[in-house]
Amino acid sequence: MSSSTQSFSRSYFLSSVVKKQIMAVTGLLLCGFLLGHLAGNLLIIISPDAFNQYGHALVSNKPLLYTAEAGLIVLFLVHLCMAAKLTVENNTARPQKYYIKQKTGRGATFASSTMPYTGLIILIFLITHLNSFKYGTIYMTTIDGVEMRDLYRTVMEFFAQPLGAAWYAFAMIAMAIHVSHGFWSAFQSFGFSHSKYTPLLRKAGIAYAILVGAGFTALALYGYIQGVQA
Amino acid sequence: MSDTNTMTLNLKIWRQASTKDKGQIVDYVLEGVSPDMSFLEMIDMLNEQLVAKNDDPIAFDHDCREGICGMCSLMINGQAHGPEKATTTCQLHMRSFKDGDTIAIEPWRARAFPVLKDLMVDRSAFDKIIEAGGFVNVNTGNAQDANSILIPKENADLAMDAAACIGCGACVASCKNASAMLFVSAKISQLALLPQGEVEADQRALSMVEKMDELGFGNCTNEAECEASCPKDISISNIARMNRGFLKAAVSAKTK
Repeated sequence: MSSSTQSFSRSYFLSSVVKKQIMAVTGLLLCGFLLGHLAGNLLIIISPDAFNQYGHALVSNKPLLYTAEAGLIVLFLVHLCMAAKLTVENNTARPQKYYIKQKTGRGATFASSTMPYTGLIILIFLITHLNSFKYGTIYMTTIDGVEMRDLYRTVMEFFAQPLGAAWYAFAMIAMAIHVSHGFWSAFQSFGFSHSKYTPLLRKAGIAYAILVGAGFTALALYGYIQGVQA
Repeated sequence: MSDTNTMTLNLKIWRQASTKDKGQIVDYVLEGVSPDMSFLEMIDMLNEQLVAKNDDPIAFDHDCREGICGMCSLMINGQAHGPEKATTTCQLHMRSFKDGDTIAIEPWRARAFPVLKDLMVDRSAFDKIIEAGGFVNVNTGNAQDANSILIPKENADLAMDAAACIGCGACVASCKNASAMLFVSAKISQLALLPQGEVEADQRALSMVEKMDELGFGNCTNEAECEASCPKDISISNIARMNRGFLKAAVSAKTK
């Protein structure tokens, strides 16, 4: 233990432990965003006007909108770039693969072993998602004398297409799988481990994954059924 | 030992002449394997036949054959130390296999564990991590009177559990990222949990993690395959302890 005078330095940021902690904090914050996003979207089921008014309120508050967007972009880019760096490093750590590799069945889960792939699906989804909705067709509507974007119509037109609804549902299931491992994993990376609370936390992660996965998928299904009936 | 009890096995064994050699899987058929043999005795039997034919015997690591030294290794059918839970290769017996089974045997694979020959790998990377801080460097004085240093029973148990690590490297071998976090965290925990080791806990965590990263081990993705493959059942709660210990050490400057 030679370097006894070391203080907090750049090298700690690049250590394997802190890199995982950066993944953890950005991942958990994105999990928070997901919940907020789902809550807002559920207004679609309540009424078209409620959803449009909510969207209008968000985009009307420019300082809040830009701060939130900038924050999300930073969170997402840090999470993404760190994931790419970690994945490359992890592949380099075993240059020669095994002739046969079998999981024990007592450790890794489907979710834990597919994190880079589900992550990639989410990335592709995010690009198509912004393209279909935020930068999608703009319709206007007037509610209580205020002219605003009819985002409800854009969303519903998207979900009315079977491929659109199916892709959305597929990506949301991938995301649910991703967070079902990520949620618990984030706490482990920060060093939270307790014989009583950790098993609860793992269950909470799965409950959270089911909630957001089922919630978003239900919206796609709702939109598709509405489209079929129209 | 009657012949009816013995097995014939199809072995696929990694042969590699040296670190620089490319290496390949070589097929062997081994007859007359008793279910009572240990896995290593089975390889001994094959080696005797190879020597009798003037062939090069298969090099593999082993020492105590009692499951406590940490020398034996081997990926057996893609699992570190074979299919049994909490069992070293030397304590694995051929009764875990059936007549006619095909068994693939490979060395640990990681950038930090280069293959020396056949199934032997160089695990001195672990020694380098220990050299970086896996010891107590403060003067602990003479033996104390009994009970003069109070240690909670829970801490003593956790430290003892962590100290059960034999440094075999199965955690690295079974991890899809070839991460050494289970080993390093066990070595950090066994000292950090006790009063004598706690004094240097911060610096130890920083130094050992820094060395682990420098040696080219991968990053942990919290899959727990290491815990599942560990012959000593070391828990990944040690990794959590290391993670929080490292963070605490990294943010608390001991200098003015």
